[in-house]
Amino acid sequence: MAFNIYICGVGGQGIGVLAAALAAAAEAAGHSVRGCDTHGLAQRHGSVSSHLRLGGDALTPRVPEGQADVVLALERLEGLRGALYALKPGGTLLYYDTVYQPITVRTGSRAYPAPGKVAARVEELGGKAVAVAVDGLADPRMQNAALLGRLAALGLVPGLTREVLRGALADTLGGRNLEANLAVFDKAAGAA
Amino acid sequence: MISLRELMTKRDAFTGLTMGNYALARGMAEAGLRVATSYPGSPTPEIGAALLSVPEGERPYYFEFSTNEKVALEIAAGASMNGHLSACFFKSVGLNVAADSLIQLAMMELIGGLVVILGDDPGANSSQNEQDNRHFARMSYIPMLEPATPREAREMFLEAASLSRRLRMPVFLRLTTHVCHARERVDFGPLPEGLPGWEPRFDPKNGPYVPVASTVFPLKEKALRKQDEFGRLMDVSAMNRLFPAASGPARLGIVSAGLPALCAAEAVAGAAAPVDVLKLGCTWPLPAGKLCEFMSAREEIFILEDLDRVLETEIKALAFDRELKCRIHSRRERADLMGEMTPPRAAAMLASAWPDHFKAPPPREAGEEPAARLPQLCPGCGHRSAFHAIKRALPPGAITVADIGCHSMGFMPPYEMGTVLLSMGHSVSTGAGLALGNSSRKVVSFLGDSTFFHAAMPGIVNAVVQDSDMTLVLLENGTTAMTGHQPRAGTGEIGDKIPLPRLLEAMGVKFMRDVEAYKQAELSAALKEAMDHKGFALVVARHPCMLKFMREAKHKNPALKTGRVAVDQSKCARHYTCVAEFACPSFVRHDDGSVTVHPELCIGDGSCVQTCPAAAIVREKPGEGK
Ligand code: SF4
Ligand code: SF4
Repeated sequence: MAFNIYICGVGGQGIGVLAAALAAAAEAAGHSVRGCDTHGLAQRHGSVSSHLRLGGDALTPRVPEGQADVVLALERLEGLRGALYALKPGGTLLYYDTVYQPITVRTGSRAYPAPGKVAARVEELGGKAVAVAVDGLADPRMQNAALLGRLAALGLVPGLTREVLRGALADTLGGRNLEANLAVFDKAAGAA
Repeated sequence: MISLRELMTKRDAFTGLTMGNYALARGMAEAGLRVATSYPGSPTPEIGAALLSVPEGERPYYFEFSTNEKVALEIAAGASMNGHLSACFFKSVGLNVAADSLIQLAMMELIGGLVVILGDDPGANSSQNEQDNRHFARMSYIPMLEPATPREAREMFLEAASLSRRLRMPVFLRLTTHVCHARERVDFGPLPEGLPGWEPRFDPKNGPYVPVASTVFPLKEKALRKQDEFGRLMDVSAMNRLFPAASGPARLGIVSAGLPALCAAEAVAGAAAPVDVLKLGCTWPLPAGKLCEFMSAREEIFILEDLDRVLETEIKALAFDRELKCRIHSRRERADLMGEMTPPRAAAMLASAWPDHFKAPPPREAGEEPAARLPQLCPGCGHRSAFHAIKRALPPGAITVADIGCHSMGFMPPYEMGTVLLSMGHSVSTGAGLALGNSSRKVVSFLGDSTFFHAAMPGIVNAVVQDSDMTLVLLENGTTAMTGHQPRAGTGEIGDKIPLPRLLEAMGVKFMRDVEAYKQAELSAALKEAMDHKGFALVVARHPCMLKFMREAKHKNPALKTGRVAVDQSKCARHYTCVAEFACPSFVRHDDGSVTVHPELCIGDGSCVQTCPAAAIVREKPGEGK
């Protein structure tokens, strides 16, 4: 059976970098990789998702509903939404605990979920929710690095060790703020 | 990670983990493509990004984003008539714009070859409909290949290019959204040595190229003949792929193509009986021999496809003609004609015919949906400022018409601006129609500036000569923002500047106001004046796309610290105008009722400051308040 990772967040958060680094890491760990990103209008602060499927029996690129082993989210509400859509019983939601209110919350017509609520609803699905946050990030895009660091420390994806993920992150980012990103990765990895 | 430029210029063969659109672009280079044209539209614009990643002087091909899809197609066709291998790509609905010329192309001798690449969008991920462009293949006598993966996108482009050149006819390559944006490892070939030169090889003797009464029938005959010849080649093509059941030839079979075929293959892996899957590489003309052979050897088949009943209709007709005994199943529900195939959906459809072998997955019970997050205008977007100002100026009952572009997001709450939408550039003429005989409700249409050049100019000229009693608001942001900031005509990024007000004046527009969109009071006043004007009036609401502007500013100066605004808590009187009406995504409403500004989102442009009735929004200097 394929190992499915459902990645999600808010358009503009840089989910593409996260997906590219994970895909590269998965290949480095010897998995065959198939995946797919969201492009287009949703990138304007809407919900965005990216899909990654490891293993030769995955022929199609998107994670089917309710079949994600891991849901990886860059924002709390999107983490909950992603888990409700994709997480399978026994799976883990790992999310970066930042809050971007959608318009319905700002106008007061809907509530924004507290961390406890997220944990409880994910438990109802038979899964587990883990939140990560790192203080004092120079750039919100470094939340990607924090998420990958914690993912490595928790060992949620077969073969994606600290070394493999760190290397893939460095390779994906190239020169862009590399030192600072790796420091965030290490901090998040160490705190597990 | 390999850069786009390396992907496009590496001389030797290599393998890389890459997206469908990029794999296709590399395929173009490997095929020795000379001319590529496009109008940007999801899901295809990344093909253009790959082609543009090679600096202009070093490109072995010519590439342009044209003003619209018809222009793009005509340029590619002209180049092909000169002997240059050409390709044209755009989104699904772009084919409607290009159709007037496209429909002629199968009758032309396209000596250089021409591949028309379509980005269809089952699921309407980023389009205004799910139109099934497979119908166009039949109507225009143009063959259609359908890749399902990035790997196949490259391979089938090479195949399409070579067949097109050989038969001197256009060939469609139909991708769908999640083929364009899928990611996998792809084996690439080397780049060709010594491309043919640029000398023009057009010769009317290759034609005729003018379809008029006496030539139409011979030309049509030729088009039909080529179509048949293409079909015969497809019968033996390796692009048709069999996913055989492990236990040897099965009693049951599935016929499919593209991504749905892979969904079928995944669904079959969980089936209780052996089922073979025939994945067609070419869906027009159908490989009739191959299909008959497959059907004759099986007792029952299921035709599995997305959207309309295209394969189904043709294959059932074929089976009828050949008097095949095979029982043919197909999708049953109206809902099956909507949305994109997934392996669980495939299993559910197959279960309707073969309930003993397939199981429809149980519906997922996940409880209450969390708050939806629809796309929004970016922080600082000039359209927000314009909508806020315009909404205040509109009399009750006014009808607002949207066009395609970022501003079409204005139809959602809280703005609810632009409540009718058809197609690129429609807003002027739909507005003119809504204004006919209407003296009681004002009509205001919106239009973006890329769309202006794309398809709105004839409508504007019409509104001018008929003096339609309506107001057109031209939201000028200087780019094609929604699809990723491709340059539009007239900004000076490509070619010379074309100043919009001067052009509009030359087109005969008599009432015109040109306002900076952040100046909300001025814009409201201009709109009122325009609506009071009897006849056609135009207001330009100008502000650069802030997403592009901020990206470029940060690119030039990575250390750039932007300013921000803050809500002065001692002044805030809980009006919530900023959060609920102006609705910049940067504002945060807390459980205690207070409002603050999200430090990660605010860009400090200050267009919100004027909207607060209590004057509680204040500017912070860069670096302050961190
Ligand atoms: S991309 Fe530009 S035009 Fe589109 S919403 Fe963002 S700022 Fe506005
Ligand atoms: S200054 Fe900040 S809060 Fe105000 S409109 Fe601009 S981005 Fe939004």
